Amino acid sequence: MTLVLNDDQSMFRDAARRFAAERAPVSQLRKLRDDVDPVGFDRNVWKEMAEMGWAGVLVPEEYGGVGFGFVGAGLIAAEIGRNLSATPLLSSAVLAVTALLRGGTQTHKETLLPAIAGGDLLIAFATDECARHAPYHIATRCTGKYKLSGRKLHVLDGHVADRLIVSARTSGDISSRDGISLFLVDPKANGVTITRSSMVDSRNSAMVELRDVVVGEADVIGTFDKGAIVLDAVLDAGRAVLAAELLGVAEEAFERTLTYLREREQFGVKIGTFQALQHRAAHLFCEIELVRSVVLRTMQALDAQEPTASSLVCLSKAKATDVARIATNEAVQMHGGIGMTDEFDIGFFMKRARAAAETFGDQYYHTDRFAQLSGY
Amino acid sequence: MSAQLNSEQALEAFRHDTRAWLEANCPPEMRQPVVDESDVCWGGRRFQFKNDAQRVWLQRMAERGWTVPEWPRQYGGGGLSKDEARVLREEMAAMKCRPPLTSFGISMLGPALLKYGNEQQKSEHIPKIARGEIRWCQGYSEPGAGSDLASLKTRADDHGDHFVVNGSKIWTSYGDKADWIFCLVRTSFTGKKQEGISFLLFDMESPGVTTRPIRLISGYSPFTQTFFDNVKVPKENLLGELNKGWTIAKYLLTHERNMIGGFGTQRVTPLSQLAIKSVGLAAGRLAEPALRSDIARFEMDALAFALTMSRVTDEAKAGNETGAMSSMLKYYGTELNKRRAELTMSVAGSEGLKFGDSSSEEPLASMWLRTKANSIEGGTSEIQLNIIAKNVLRLPGA
Repeated sequence: MTLVLNDDQSMFRDAARRFAAERAPVSQLRKLRDDVDPVGFDRNVWKEMAEMGWAGVLVPEEYGGVGFGFVGAGLIAAEIGRNLSATPLLSSAVLAVTALLRGGTQTHKETLLPAIAGGDLLIAFATDECARHAPYHIATRCTGKYKLSGRKLHVLDGHVADRLIVSARTSGDISSRDGISLFLVDPKANGVTITRSSMVDSRNSAMVELRDVVVGEADVIGTFDKGAIVLDAVLDAGRAVLAAELLGVAEEAFERTLTYLREREQFGVKIGTFQALQHRAAHLFCEIELVRSVVLRTMQALDAQEPTASSLVCLSKAKATDVARIATNEAVQMHGGIGMTDEFDIGFFMKRARAAAETFGDQYYHTDRFAQLSGY
Repeated sequence: MSAQLNSEQALEAFRHDTRAWLEANCPPEMRQPVVDESDVCWGGRRFQFKNDAQRVWLQRMAERGWTVPEWPRQYGGGGLSKDEARVLREEMAAMKCRPPLTSFGISMLGPALLKYGNEQQKSEHIPKIARGEIRWCQGYSEPGAGSDLASLKTRADDHGDHFVVNGSKIWTSYGDKADWIFCLVRTSFTGKKQEGISFLLFDMESPGVTTRPIRLISGYSPFTQTFFDNVKVPKENLLGELNKGWTIAKYLLTHERNMIGGFGTQRVTPLSQLAIKSVGLAAGRLAEPALRSDIARFEMDALAFALTMSRVTDEAKAGNETGAMSSMLKYYGTELNKRRAELTMSVAGSEGLKFGDSSSEEPLASMWLRTKANSIEGGTSEIQLNIIAKNVLRLPGA
């Protein structure tokens, strides 16, 4: 397989680029924030995105999706990153869809996937319980058959979800990979409390509390006690798509900075003539090129379900996180005073880079995991 | 579709034949890993083959044109397509065949000759490169012209049917072992400095050429300073047009940079494996967490860089614009190579400090010191960043 997009993929990307810039630009996120919008994204735009094939990008055609796989999801995510588009793509179209594809019953797939792909159903994935990502640290209890009690943090789009997929401890120690199970939960069920959190990147996140929430046998996703198999796949999907989004964030912040370097004058010359800035920009260019390569390769590996895909996901998430951090920090620094103002958009990119970094493991987490997967 | 099928079948047939030929013709000694410099066949008038196998392997491969598989057959190349050349590389790698010939003629001058040479120059020089008969060196840098290469002062004065060359070059790799030199000389002293440079080829045995080895911090002397005292060079040895040598020089530099940038991706034992031996594991992790973290970050960057090399190659094959990627690859690849060497020294501890004893293996310290030149030779890292800022990022005044 070559590391070049084919014609279909290039066309899909071009269409995504036009759409995101036109219908979901940074100004829309700013407005959602300023209005304290109760939904946190534009439902009409999400419906249009669904028509573009975004909500069903990972859903096979037999379930009403477009089946463009992770390469396709990565292309969309990069455009979302460039425009900071507020969408439930990650929560519903990536995390929930991966959970259902990997662990859902035939009934789950037939009833839920077409509705997600159509943009009519939003399912959020509730798993993390620690502020610092620790995927197997799950204390949410499951008693009897079945009552769930616990507390989930940083549930993306949790406050607007129609359904939740929740991880719970069904056996084993508090941080063991064994003994985790996944359940479909109705957020309107008795005992569910959802509190929206206001986040630095103005995107949707919620805390979900469960107190003796009753679920049934038919709500189990994946194999009971062996839910970590599905959980791992869901998290890797999310990490890879976040890496693609971070690539877009880095690219856009970098391009805006280059434009500023070409225009801004001090000491009677364009500041882009200063070698101190040129070399930092040129170095950053190289780093972004590396991220492009690893993101595309990772998506191909996920689509082909290659055995080394998890290692590549670590590489992608760590590298994209680190490079987006540098790109957005340099962007603010090189913009000088104006970069510190809320009126100017560049700060939004730095905020999103930080939030995406801390979601499902940052560069430290994934460097450690990369080393472990490599046997050291 | 059927044409494609046919070509796939033809390629498989080529693979089959190639494998059989290599099996029959590559001597067993040439399937052992290259241990030191004496295992590398550079060719040339004065080259001493280490053994008969090395000589036979070069001869057999040169007869097929496979020392330079993709060059035209008429000049002693193999005339292979890109796909066939890839198959040949894969089959050689699978059989662990050593390269039959390594030379600056192949990696640097040859592509420039093919692009800019006239018919007479091509038929004179390229076959001798392909057969390993003439070893070339590069005359670019001067004591006063390093990063600012275009300010070079070695001059070639017009004496009717020949030039007379005077001046000095420095950092001439293997200048004392080379037969011919490709050399940048000043032929005009007016106008922009880049527009008064010409590209000359001449014999190092010409009267007036002398070399002096330069001993480096690594203990080796791969470089020389080269002096020219009234060296007569025939006019027909001018490559390209008079005063247009800078264009050729830059073209050739991209080949050199790709070569140097690629050093970092050569297959070597992963750093983590060396570290496991040296430091040991505790509960499955390298016992020194700070070292482990730096090693992991290095290995991730190295993998990301290797993937980028593949992507740039794939983009070029697909006919997509790859921009001034050679500067990016040169900059990042050489900086990575230095990081690898620094970490290797840390992992090795005091063992890595051994230097100047007569053991057959190359001392780690020499390797470490040698890498410091990677980000200087062929244009420093800072020059590469300048080129990226100017040619890719289009920053003002760069």
